[in-house]
Amino acid sequence: MTLEATPTTRVELDYSGGERLTMNMGPQHPSAHGVFRAILTLEGETVVAVDAVIGYLHRCHEKLSETLTYAQYPSIASKTDYVAAMTSEFAYVMAAEAIGKIEVPKRAQYLRVIAAELQRIASHLLWLGTWCMDMGGALGGGATIFLYAIREREAILDLFESLVGARLLYGFHQVGGTRYDIPPGWADACRKTIAVIDQRISEYEGLLEDNPFFLARAQGVGYITRELAEDVGIAGPLLRGSGVNFDLRRSAPYSSYEDFSFTVPVETAGDCFARYRVRMVEFRESIKIVRQALDKLPDGPISSRPGLKSVAQIRIPKGEAYARVEGPRGEVGCYLIADGSAKPYRMKWRGASFSNLAVLPHIIPGHKVADVVAIMGSVDPVFGEVDR
Amino acid sequence: MPAWITALIGPFVVLNVVIGLVTYVTLLERKFAARMQSRIGPYRVGPHGLLQPIADALKLMMKEDVVPTAADKPVYNLAPIVFLIPCMLIFATIPFAPGMGVADLNIGILFFLAVSSMEIVGLFMAGWGSNNKYALLSAMRAVNQIISYDLPFIFSALVPVMLAGSLKLSDIAAAQAGGGWFILYPVIGQLAFVAFMVSTLAAENRVPFDILEAESELVAGFRVEYSGMKFALIQLGEYAHIIGSSFLGSILFLGAWAGPGPEYLGPIWMLLKAMFLFLVLTWIRWSFVRIRVDQILTLSWKFLLPATLTLLIATSFVVVWRAGGF
Repeated sequence: MTLEATPTTRVELDYSGGERLTMNMGPQHPSAHGVFRAILTLEGETVVAVDAVIGYLHRCHEKLSETLTYAQYPSIASKTDYVAAMTSEFAYVMAAEAIGKIEVPKRAQYLRVIAAELQRIASHLLWLGTWCMDMGGALGGGATIFLYAIREREAILDLFESLVGARLLYGFHQVGGTRYDIPPGWADACRKTIAVIDQRISEYEGLLEDNPFFLARAQGVGYITRELAEDVGIAGPLLRGSGVNFDLRRSAPYSSYEDFSFTVPVETAGDCFARYRVRMVEFRESIKIVRQALDKLPDGPISSRPGLKSVAQIRIPKGEAYARVEGPRGEVGCYLIADGSAKPYRMKWRGASFSNLAVLPHIIPGHKVADVVAIMGSVDPVFGEVDR
Repeated sequence: MPAWITALIGPFVVLNVVIGLVTYVTLLERKFAARMQSRIGPYRVGPHGLLQPIADALKLMMKEDVVPTAADKPVYNLAPIVFLIPCMLIFATIPFAPGMGVADLNIGILFFLAVSSMEIVGLFMAGWGSNNKYALLSAMRAVNQIISYDLPFIFSALVPVMLAGSLKLSDIAAAQAGGGWFILYPVIGQLAFVAFMVSTLAAENRVPFDILEAESELVAGFRVEYSGMKFALIQLGEYAHIIGSSFLGSILFLGAWAGPGPEYLGPIWMLLKAMFLFLVLTWIRWSFVRIRVDQILTLSWKFLLPATLTLLIATSFVVVWRAGGF
């Protein structure tokens, strides 16, 4: 078997003989993770080629940002990656702050870290549940893990609800700081929740890793080499699962990440199981960071631009900047060009899911149909972020 | 009363009891799975959701019956019935208590195994007749899987047959009277029971072997195009088959109707044992992830088939040795 990448998304295996069947997986499919459409060419059960089709969830986010002010857009930015809504608003306000050279108070920086790490836990929980459901079926053991994971995610959404008032799309960040401070008693509730999750993560590890069927499905499947990972430009847990030690929180610290001690998990195997292991360790590291941030949370203002009176009050001077944060799925970047008014002149998103998805046509051919969904799930794409 | 009417009473009662049982077994499974997943399960229809199966059946009856334009219509329409009939026929030879059953054939277990393998015809007709790629792939998998797992299923079921020395199900039950259940038979009994449960799981297309349905890959597999009553018939057949296998398992390994208390409690004990086996299958179903088609075939041909064959040969030696052979 030789893999050969052509400039298009089509990768064909050197496979001879047999009748071929073209099967459409998506955009309406139980495990399409949104609206992904994969046109699979099958020989029996083996996939020989994949055409990846995206664009079913395009909502003109970049154009929309030109019509909304710096105060309004963070709430809309949430909708790009709706599973990790805190991440994209974080990147957007960081870009605006970089152009305007706006200071962010230490307390706001810590609050942003707490929100981002809780979001990472919530997002990884959803990933764990849906991935297991892809492999185990909605009417099997996968659904059991899914419901457990959703139960834990609910606890985090409850925390966000008492912090922001919303459960899915937050609008927590604003240029110069955060919009809300933590309410009284929130820190204790947060500590309790993450302690429970910390303990439950070990349970899930036991449930999955002591299960030979799970290992048979995850190990040695969807192998991404280090070279391929670097060439395609995948990010986040996928990249770290292929042996590249790159995490923006460590290599380009932002928002006081340098104050916290945590490890960046790296696995060298490059298969679905390695990606799973990376995320499982990230759960624990995120919990560690939240604990440290709650312990060290400084007093002071939560925004350097308090008392927002109108939506057009924030004006960013002329200039451009690129800001990036490490989201649950990898590097989320925002390139912003400001023209001195209350709205950006142009904005460009760099979504982690989009670049991660590009690796699928390279790794799927040669696998069985059942592995397609396992690999797709291990990539953890969110289509709001792919199509924007 | 003419003889032909009396001959029909037994099958009529058994058929209706089985259909009623299947309806309520779905509720049992849903409640059991809900407990495993820290949920409540059906709760709204009737007290504790007890009327939920009735509501489900009514809903399925009232649904529109959609036939795809491109389907092979006679095959498509016939498939649910062809699938259901063998699944119901397997109850014909099962004795629920001494002398209580439709027909206690002297080749009872052979009839059971032969008829239960025939469900593959209905499956394949459904998959082929739907004229749908998902359904076709599922039908291909069905043929692969059911043929692969019928042999271990038969071999593991033959172990109690050899120990009892009869193909008649009531004789097998009688051979275990007095607490000598075949699951308690040293080594052979336990191994045969495990092999029987694994191949039952596979023959019934339950997770982790549910590659036919595989809703995350093939949406719903061979029944993706079915709706309304035809879908209900397929579901009915599937659950009837599982319950039939559970009854068979309790006759072969768990001493059938043997249990404490007076003799008229026999059918109750039988039902409890069958439900226990059903819950074990359910428990496995809701805790494992599905394995791949090639892994399933590997497991069957490279491990389960040689293992059950060896077990069968070992059993024959034990039987001859006990009878004073050699």
